Order: sequence, then structure tokens, then C-alpha cells
Amino acid sequence: MKAAILLFPGINRERDMILAVRQSFGRDPVVVWHKETELPAGTDLVILPGGFSFGDYLRCGAMAAQSPIMQSVKAHAERGGYVLGVCNGFQILTEAGLLPGALLRNAGLRFLSMDTMLKVERNDTVFTSKWDKGAQFRAPMAHGDGNYTADEATLDRLEGEGLVALRYSDLNRNGSARSIAGIFSPNLRVLGLIPHPENLVDPLMGGTDGKPLFDSLAAA
Amino acid sequence: MTDVNESLAKSFGLNAEEWGKVLEIMGRTPSLTELGIFSVMWSEHCSYKSSRVWLKELPTKAPWVIHGPGENAGVIDIGDGLAAIFKMESHNHPSFIEPYQGAATGVGGILRDVFTMGARPIANLNALRFGDPSLPVTKRVVDGVVRGIGGYGNCVGVPTVGGEVNFHPAYNGNPLVNAMTVGIARKDKIFLSAAAGVGNPVVYVGSKTGRDGIHGATMASTEFDASSEEKRPTVQVGDPFTEKLLIEACLELMQTDAIVAIQDMGAAGLTSSSVEMAGKGGVGIELNLDDVPQRETGMSAYEMMLSESQERMLLVLKPERSEMARAIIEKWDLDYAVIGHITDTGRIVVKHKGVVEADIPLDPLADAAPLYRRPITETPKPAKLGPVESNTPLDQALLKLIASPDLCSRRWIFDQYDSTVGGQTVKRPAQADAAIVRLEGSKRALAVTADCTPRYCLADPELGGAQAVAEAWRNITATGAKPLAVTDNMNFGNPEKPEIMGQFAAAIKGMAAACTALDFPVVSGNVSLYNETEGKSILPTPAIGAVGVLEDAAQAVGYELRPGLTLVMVGETKGELGRSLYLREILGREDGAPPPLDLAAERRNGDFVRARILAGDVAACHDVSDGGLLVAVVEMALAGDCGATLMGAGAAEYWFGEDQGRYVLAVKDAAPLLAAAAAAGIPAQHIGCSSDQKKLTLPDGLAISLPQLRDAHEGFFPRWFA
Repeated sequence: MKAAILLFPGINRERDMILAVRQSFGRDPVVVWHKETELPAGTDLVILPGGFSFGDYLRCGAMAAQSPIMQSVKAHAERGGYVLGVCNGFQILTEAGLLPGALLRNAGLRFLSMDTMLKVERNDTVFTSKWDKGAQFRAPMAHGDGNYTADEATLDRLEGEGLVALRYSDLNRNGSARSIAGIFSPNLRVLGLIPHPENLVDPLMGGTDGKPLFDSLAAA
Repeated sequence: MTDVNESLAKSFGLNAEEWGKVLEIMGRTPSLTELGIFSVMWSEHCSYKSSRVWLKELPTKAPWVIHGPGENAGVIDIGDGLAAIFKMESHNHPSFIEPYQGAATGVGGILRDVFTMGARPIANLNALRFGDPSLPVTKRVVDGVVRGIGGYGNCVGVPTVGGEVNFHPAYNGNPLVNAMTVGIARKDKIFLSAAAGVGNPVVYVGSKTGRDGIHGATMASTEFDASSEEKRPTVQVGDPFTEKLLIEACLELMQTDAIVAIQDMGAAGLTSSSVEMAGKGGVGIELNLDDVPQRETGMSAYEMMLSESQERMLLVLKPERSEMARAIIEKWDLDYAVIGHITDTGRIVVKHKGVVEADIPLDPLADAAPLYRRPITETPKPAKLGPVESNTPLDQALLKLIASPDLCSRRWIFDQYDSTVGGQTVKRPAQADAAIVRLEGSKRALAVTADCTPRYCLADPELGGAQAVAEAWRNITATGAKPLAVTDNMNFGNPEKPEIMGQFAAAIKGMAAACTALDFPVVSGNVSLYNETEGKSILPTPAIGAVGVLEDAAQAVGYELRPGLTLVMVGETKGELGRSLYLREILGREDGAPPPLDLAAERRNGDFVRARILAGDVAACHDVSDGGLLVAVVEMALAGDCGATLMGAGAAEYWFGEDQGRYVLAVKDAAPLLAAAAAAGIPAQHIGCSSDQKKLTLPDGLAISLPQLRDAHEGFFPRWFA
């Protein structure tokens, strides 16, 4: 699996993501500046890490979704390539139309930085194969806008088609519709999620709960 | 045209004597811009005119100190070819006027002090003091400050990993916001601010200049009164996104050999950065303000020189590298402008629209800066606390104490700060006495903490100053790390009052003694005076930020209790209730002498504890500080969600005394620990054990469930802000 990490100005979890990818993949991802127009040849997986792209001064992710590199990310997805967006990366994917719905301000209107429990809704995907179906795992969160929303029809479709990837299983702190923490694209090759599994891949940092995400991708 | 005269100088904060010196140096009446430059450079904030004579008393040297006070931040050698660069700085006055922006730009400013030296910031901390929580204004300030720190720190992607919060009515009109940043650089790649190279371009990088923050340094050098609200326009507005770009752009540029000197534009903006860079380099500087990127139209030279617009840096570059530098800066969508050059005149010359707006000799500006040895009155030593009568049952006292604003959990606050970004946070808030952050690409980790106990400082500033240093040292020690150096943030009232200057001098004396005894030099710092509102001073608050190192991050211990462990207390307990939180919260008294500090015992106990931790014998360790022994054990139990059973004498003095130099260790086997302590002459006693039942059992059979303890401990902030 050859991974490329997109770097938009204001992204700040790219280093965390590089560490997690390096550990599971055994090699470093390529970092791609947002003004590039082409992904590196042979890219299998595009990762959009977390942060505050363009300061999130417009809607979260709205500016980054218009960056030059996003055209080739869309083409990559249309070809069936893998895409992972975490936190701000998830917001960018919804703004770019690669995933449905939107991330609103957290219900309590405060930034949320703590661990959450997540439930793995299905394990027959390239992102989740190393978990058991229904497994629960812990992941740090750090976001101001993680309140997932979509119209009822979209939510029903996501549920009906098995496209809910992860749900908050202890507390739904940010108010997300149906406790949704992450969703797949219809072909199960694009995943967006709000929490940060990449921050829990080392026992020294408190656990390896997030490592199966990267091990799953490495095994694909 | 504004008339420049003594009366205008007075309104700029210069007294008659200082105005006379300006006239003497200039040999003529200064221009408005020149007067502005003198007034900010000679403000208390920039010149340290009241504090310098005392700050010299602090020990600043050790074999591991690379740069002590005098640079943008302190630099210490932490092994593996790496240096830690750190400093704490106040943003008190702006944070009262506009809490969100005041706190946010405080974080931004201290970050720049650290990355301007070549360091990637890896940890932020903050030391906060607020007024009486029953006042609506306090709630507004707390909310704004916490949101501001989070809003800025979360966005720039530097984890906020630690800090401290106190409440006291003395801070009602004058909250304290002290922000600390710790960064890492290769020790052979440290960047300094001394300009060099006649003809070298002076380059402006970052945000555009606006009218925000004009005379902020002067504002920070006066007392508050009812008209302070009118000063809101002098508070700067932060842009953390631009700061993030500035960090990345500067660090990328620092990988090249383009930079001769670099300095952030902090207090007094373009004035202090250009004056200090040229002054330190012993050269001159000429600026052409026509080329300064401007956010607003029609700005005067005076306004541009005094603006405190945020997220700006001033660089001196090698001319042959300037186009490469421009390409890097512009890649990050930041303004890059050559606004002047280095000269050999020893003067700062400021031109605007073809007119010389300022022409000042640099040496006299620095050398003739006022220096005051202000009169001092010593704080009388408080009488020791006599016997204390208390009928409050142990469990009730404990529940009340851990729910009080000064002792309750800060979870509501740190849950709003991103503490994990960077992927290196080994111990997050409320897991250990100091936060632990691993160094990327190394096994090493830093332990970082911020500490001060202002109620001790008020009673006995000398002891309080020493105690703040000792507590920081203890907090680092309790993780297993070796304490290396401190940064200080001296927050005091009006230095023109002898009793305030006496507090300052005494605190320095105490700090110096503790730093010397603990091999814990001061490498950077900041002074904030005139923290008074309507003539009433804050509590003397010498906040200490400290850094220690672990050779192997895996050796760090926290204070999370686990089942199957024995609890041992190290250090002597006499039952010191003077100025304790028990006395204040349970008995409604704030008197007596603070607990005495025996620096030799402090060091002995700490070195012993650290050695046991590094030997791998200790599962958890917590220092005993505010609230005493019982509170320390409860904090361990709640952090680990693990019960505990305690034994021992039942008096309040024993459980709630704030005797110094103590730790609670959780170990598998107490016998070897107790034997080693006895052999070393260290007081140690078996005080109880952890339990697999989720409750705290006290010696007289009273038991409190963990959920009940947690509800008391963690309830205050959520209920306050519900």
C-alpha cells in the first residue's frame, strides 16, 4: 500500500499520521503539498489528516476542498482508490462531495479533547479488517466541529447500505446524528472519521487501540 | 501635528526625569515617532527598570545551560544533540480587557519567542489566576481565557499539556494569564537576534501591520481603573492560522543558511525588534516604512512603529539568499518585504514617505534606559498558626475540600485543549505531576510543569518564592525526570509601593535560594508589574515553569493508582496547617505561617524518589501539595479509577497539613522501599494500599465511593458553566 498524505496550510496532525503509517506500513508516506495538481504515481491511499486547514475561517474544510490537489483526489476516488480523512480531513471530504453530510459545531459549542469509545460497525472493509465486527476501541478526539449531520433520507441510506463505519459507543459528546463518528463511501473505499486513531498506536502514548486501522490498510 | 512636550511624554508613561534624559540624548525635541520609541523601550514591560536590579540575584548558570536570560527564550542542553528552548510570559492586562483575544495572543506571543530561536514548539502550558468565582465577571473571564488559549493553541497544533489555576478575590480586577511554550531544536542550530552585516537586508515576514495594540507595552505598565475598558482598542487580535504558517515557514527557512538574525515582533512590535536586533549586534538599522505590509490605509510612522499586530517576524538575511528565502515565505502565503538594511551608524533611522521620522542613537537608548532601585518594605513574618480546633468529620472535610475551586478537577478546562496533537504526549493532564512529551525520533522525553502557591507568597514572599521553585522541582521529580531549569513569570503589583517591591525582592531571594539548592537555574523569564486595580494589588505570584528530562520516556511514571499496590509516603509530616486550603475552606481562616521549606531535605527526598522510579520500583507517584496527604491519595485514586484503604493517625493536621518535600509512592512491595529509605535517612512510612473496590476507606472505617468522590471533585466547573 503506497500512501500519500496531503498537506494543506493549517493542517497540524500530519506528523502524527506519518508516525502511525510508518509503524504499520513499514515505510514513510509521501507528503503532497496542496498546490500540487497530481498525486504521486502509484498512490494507493490518500490520507487527509486533521488540523485547521486555512484556519477553518470559512466552514471547516471548505477552502481546502477547493485546493488544486483535490481534483486528482476526486479522480483517484472515482478510479476506486482508497481515501482516508480524519477530523479536518473528514470535513474536507464532505465539502469536496466525496462523502455525504456535514460536520457542524459541537452540540455544546466547546472544543472537545478527550478519549471516546468507538464501535466498529463492519469489519469487511479495507479499513477495519483487523477489528472484530462490533468491536469497541478507544480513540482520542480533538475537534470543535464534529457534529455529523445529514438529512434523514441520507442517514437512512447510510444505515441501510451499511455505510456507517464507526459510532460513538460511550457518549455522543458532539451531538452527531445517530452517534455517527465515521462513514464510508458506497464502494467502501473512502472513509471519513472525526476521532484520531493515529494518536493511539503506541503503548507509550496510552495504548494501541487505533493501530488496527493502519494494520488493516497495510494488509490490504 | 501633535505637540511633543513633557505633558505628552507623561501621557506616554515617561516621568519628568526620563523626559529630561530623552532631551539630553536627542539634543532637541524628539518627533512624535521618536517619543513613541523612547516611551515603549523605557516602559516597565520592555526595560525591566524596576526589576532588573533584583533579577540579577537569580542563579542562571549550569553546565547544561546554553543560553540564559537575555535571549528570546532560555536554551538548555537535553542530550542527544538536542536543546530545549522555553519561556513563560504574561498577558495579564489584555486578558482582563478582552479575555479571549488577550489569552489567545498570549499563547501566540510565547510561541514566537520560542520558534524564533529555531525550535519546533512541542508543548504549551499555562498558569492562570482568576478572581472570586461567585462574581459574574470571573465566569466571563474564565470562559474567555480558556476559549482563547484553546482557540489559539489547538489551531497551531501545539499540544497544551499542563498548567495550573487558582482563584482568589485579589485577582478580581486583574486576572493573570501566564503562557509557557517549550520547543526543541538541534543544539547546533540555535538562532539568535543579534543583527550583523552592514548592507544586509532587513526583512519583514508574516501578517500585515494594523493599528491594533498600539502602546500595548505601555498599557501593561500601568494600573487599571474604571476607564480600562476604554483601552480595548489596544488589545491585539490573534490569527493562529497565520501563526501556524509562520512556524512552518520559519522552520523551513531555518533549514537553510539564509538567516543572519531573527526576532519576533512582540511587545512594542517593530520598535523593540529592530532596536534590540541592531543594539545586540552593535550595528545600526535603517527602516523604510513605505515598504511595511499594511492592513489599513493612511498609517503614520508612529502607528507602524508602535503597532502590536500579531504574527510578525523581523529577519536579517544574507543578501545572496534573500530570493530563496522569499520563495519559502511566499510558498506559505505570507507577506515578505524588505523594509530596510543594516548600517554601521549605531543609530535607528526610520523613514516614511521621504521624511526621516526618527533618528535615534541606539547605545544611549539602551544604556540610558531607566534603572530603579526602588524603596522596599519587608513583609513582616507571619506568626505560626496555633492549635486548631475542628469538629468537621474527615469525610465531610475531604468532600468539601476536593470540590473547592482551588482544588477541584481541572478536567473541564483541559478537555477544551488539544493535548495529544503531535502524537508524542506520554502523560496528559491529570495523569502525572508533570506532563511528559517524548521527543520525536528519540527515546528521550521532557517533563514540564508550571507552579506557584500565591497564598504562601502573600504570607511570606521569600518562602513562597522558594516554595514555587521547590514544587516545580518536585513535580518533575515525581515523574522520574531530572529537573534541569526554570523560567519565571513574576506577577506583582505596583513597584512604586515599597511593600510591593519588598514582596518582589523577597520572592527573588527565596527563588534564588531554592534554585541554587536544587541545581535548577533560571534561564528565561518575564516580569509583569502594576497588577493592581483601584489601588489593590494581586497576590504576589512568581509563577515558575520548569523543564526536566527523561533519558527514556518509558521510565516516566504518573499518579494513576492501580490495584494490588502498597502506598508509602516519603517525607516528614508535622501537620502544617498554616495558610493551608483546609484552614481556608473548612475553617474560613487565611492565617498562620506557610509550611516551612527545608531545601536540603527537599533535595534528599526528591533524589531518593527519582532513583527509585528510575530503578523501576514505583508504579505511581504523586507529590503532596495543596490540600495535603488525603487529597493527594484521592487524586491518585480518581486518576486510576482505583480504590484505596488508608491507615494512620486521625487528626486533621495529619491528613490535610501541607508539609513540603513529600511524595506518595505506590509500589508492589513496600519493604525494600522502606529499608532503602531508612538506610538513606529519609522519612518514609507505610500509609495504606490500593484496593480492587471502588471506594476510599479511611482509618476510622468511614468509606466514600469513587463515584461520590468523582462527583465532588469534577463537579465544580461543569456546574458553574451549565
